[in-house]
Amino acid sequence: MTNFPILSSLILIPTIGSIFLLFIKSTEKNNSIKYVALFTSLINFFLSLYLWKLFDNNISDFQFVETRIWIKNFINYKVGVDGISMLFIILATFITPLCIISVNNHVKIRLKEFLIAILLMETLMIGVFCSLDLIIFYLFFEGGLIPMFLIIGIWGGNRRVYSAFKFFLFTLVGSVLMLIAIIYIYWLSGTTDVEQLYNLGIDSKYQNYLWLAFFSSFAVKTPMWPVHTWLPDAHVEAPTAGSVLLAAVLLKMAGYGFIRFSVGLFPVASTDFIPLIFTLSLIAIIYTSLVALMQDDMKKLIAYSSVAHMGFVTLGIFTFTHQGLEGSIFQMISHGLVSAALFLSVGVVYDRMKTREIKNFRGLVNIMPKYAIMFMIFTLGALGLPGTSGFIGEFLILMGTFKKSFLAATIASVGVILGAAYMLWLYKRIIFGELLSTIKKEIMPDLKRDEIFILSTLAILIIFLGFYPEPIIKTYAVSIDNFVDVYNSKIETNLVEK
Amino acid sequence: MINLYFILPEIFISLSIMVLLIIGVFKNSSSKLIYTFSYLVVIISLAINVNISDNFSLFNNSYLIDDFSSFIKSIIFITAFFVMLCSYNYVKIGNFLKIEYPILILCSLLGMIVMVSSNDLIVFYIGLELQSLALYVLAAFNRDNLLSSESGLKYFVLSALSSGLLLYGCSLIYGFSNTTNFEEISRNFSFEYGVIFGMVFVLVGLAFKVSAVPFHMWAPDVYQGSPTSVTVLFAMLPKIAALTVIIKFLYGPFLNLFSEWQIIIIFLSIASMILGAVAAIGQKNLKRLIAYSSISHMGYALAGLTTGTNDGIQSTLIYLTIYLIMNLAFFSCLLMLKRDDIYYENVQDLSGLSKKHPILAFCFLIVLFSLAGIPPLAGFFAKFYVFMAVIKEEMFFLAIVGLLTTVIAAFYYLRIIKVIYFDQEKERFDTNFNFGVKFSLAFSTILILLYFINPNIINQFILSISVI
Repeated sequence: MTNFPILSSLILIPTIGSIFLLFIKSTEKNNSIKYVALFTSLINFFLSLYLWKLFDNNISDFQFVETRIWIKNFINYKVGVDGISMLFIILATFITPLCIISVNNHVKIRLKEFLIAILLMETLMIGVFCSLDLIIFYLFFEGGLIPMFLIIGIWGGNRRVYSAFKFFLFTLVGSVLMLIAIIYIYWLSGTTDVEQLYNLGIDSKYQNYLWLAFFSSFAVKTPMWPVHTWLPDAHVEAPTAGSVLLAAVLLKMAGYGFIRFSVGLFPVASTDFIPLIFTLSLIAIIYTSLVALMQDDMKKLIAYSSVAHMGFVTLGIFTFTHQGLEGSIFQMISHGLVSAALFLSVGVVYDRMKTREIKNFRGLVNIMPKYAIMFMIFTLGALGLPGTSGFIGEFLILMGTFKKSFLAATIASVGVILGAAYMLWLYKRIIFGELLSTIKKEIMPDLKRDEIFILSTLAILIIFLGFYPEPIIKTYAVSIDNFVDVYNSKIETNLVEK
Repeated sequence: MINLYFILPEIFISLSIMVLLIIGVFKNSSSKLIYTFSYLVVIISLAINVNISDNFSLFNNSYLIDDFSSFIKSIIFITAFFVMLCSYNYVKIGNFLKIEYPILILCSLLGMIVMVSSNDLIVFYIGLELQSLALYVLAAFNRDNLLSSESGLKYFVLSALSSGLLLYGCSLIYGFSNTTNFEEISRNFSFEYGVIFGMVFVLVGLAFKVSAVPFHMWAPDVYQGSPTSVTVLFAMLPKIAALTVIIKFLYGPFLNLFSEWQIIIIFLSIASMILGAVAAIGQKNLKRLIAYSSISHMGYALAGLTTGTNDGIQSTLIYLTIYLIMNLAFFSCLLMLKRDDIYYENVQDLSGLSKKHPILAFCFLIVLFSLAGIPPLAGFFAKFYVFMAVIKEEMFFLAIVGLLTTVIAAFYYLRIIKVIYFDQEKERFDTNFNFGVKFSLAFSTILILLYFINPNIINQFILSISVI
């Protein structure tokens, strides 16, 4: 089994599944289509778990590396995983089946095409996290625009066209600058192979511009203030499964990109730009938390909370400390679970009431007790209560930030309080109080079986990781140690050269 | 001794044109037969051309056969074949199926291949005019239609003006270098400024043919007015020939003046990219839209030529090849929008296409994303290679402008996708298409979609060409 191309299989299986789907006749019942898609994504999930089992935690190098000649003397197809990317692959393969289970409730038209788009998205997401060549990375990173554009545009809400365009064009603007940087790196170093580039290093006089070009792409995708405006629109209009994929996995591409490429390739420039990142992250944390307080739409509120949470992630990454980086990765995984869960929870009430306005809900606890419990767990996870996965990420990030800047850590802590405020207030307004007279019991039954399955899976994971984060931390610990060491040594050599 | 073997494709086409004309005159209702024969003529010419693999110059070095020209000729023949294949139904229904139609196409083909091989200003001019004259008539072929007559006349007047400028440029070059031969010009010229003036005039004429801004005014009107079967041709064939001549002209006799003409090409390139992208946003007619789109695509193709390197030329040729494939796919889609023998060509007619015609809509989707340059489709690689060459020469301004205009351009391609996929459905279109248009659509879409698996399938032919 040692030569089995496990990563390429992970990338290809969803695509093969979607090609199968093409040839299945879609009937009224639609069951066979859904089962084929679910089956495909589950195979991928178990394969990725197997990959995790084979993965050696004690090695910081890339593992399962596959290299194939793609364009002769130019670009090689190269994939591999290390501790940093391993968990994101699991996250992607874990979230996709949940999305597919959840489609029953909210995708009424063109189910087949929807499932094909989701499976293609999975291919591209896994591709992003395991590619070890800048151009291959770019292909996967940009290719994701096409299915996501269609998911928002075809199956979205009323303002879907506007949102889809905004999403597409914002992301494209950032990315084309990154493409220029990637091409220039090729001419500077003669390769786009990430491993070789780590060893070669890039001359520090070019790093600033290249860093900015990469930053423009990742900042839009993260999203960072002030280019975050596409996210609330895209989230609100996207169908539930689309929002889940966006929040849980797509945003993580940027966080991953910051670690792998911005910091990994341009350590000197990254250090120079710490003030910029800190400022933008802190603005994102405080400002978007305040904005979230004022939202009328549940999805929009959660979307803004995503921006705030991603602000913590970028803050953590650019502390360049063990705690900061570990916290960032943990926060991304945790946010992937929590935000997916929150969007699915909103989807539950939206499917029943066809509205997401907060003022249309009150006192759901009276008729939906199970839902109230689930939503409580996710709310607590989102505000980072000890005992949920949200706590560990934020705590580690704040620890790392304290080491670098007392002021930044203080401001970020205020953000934690604001986070608690808007989440608890949201919970209070929807769940507690007297039942609103417009809500009928007949149209608002409690959770159905599949909903319980999806939400409880997520809830158990969120609590489990809150009490026992070891499996996650163990996976990336060695890689992060090595990553920070390499970073420090590169900074030192640069200082010596100066 | 002149070895006529090397110009066998040219001789063959000339003879076939005469034979077909005679058949057409003496045999009643033979237009369908002639159309079929002209496929054969193109295929046989391609076969002959592929077999000629030597480098050779003829007629006192005024006609040059080399790898570059053979490659371009092959491309021209293949493109012409597909153009005729995909537009047959349209021609039949639109009542253009007269004997002159295929013969005029063959005439312009002949002109193009003469242009491509020319190594002398006069030969080049003869080829250019033969090509253009046939195209004037083709543009006005739907003579009962006001728009078509207008476009033919407009194209003729403006084209004649640009030919005049071009000819004046040729005479200046001749006057200051005493020769019309490309190779001797660079050795001979005594007074640099005179030759530069001449070169600029010739460039203007050629820029008109590729519809680069600011010489693009004719393109939208002609594209819209001509019958769609002719628009396909306009969008593809003359651009190959004219771009090839630009390469031969600039990188042949005037390579020493690189620093002089580089700035002109950079201007043409940037202006075309920006105007093509911005002006297309408001268009409602698909043919007009694709005219602006092709203006901006020519801007990208010219960007490769600003580098002054072989990499740049190769990237332009890759761009050109992929551009042709994408256009073929786009027009094949367009030629399928037929309901009760009427062809539809407005953006709004596509509304909700994806519900009734999922496969056609999917092809449109692929083509439009590819035209917008989104990976992993072929259109992305076309731009990728061009910008590889441009960034290698550290021309960041051009690269940044170019890539940002792709974002603007993405907007109007997305708008069409929006109409196809997000809007309300309309009546069905016909589905009884002939084999030709289906084949050309399937062929080109699959190439676009799967190009990324092995880009070398197309690139290998181009990467062996060295012009400098």
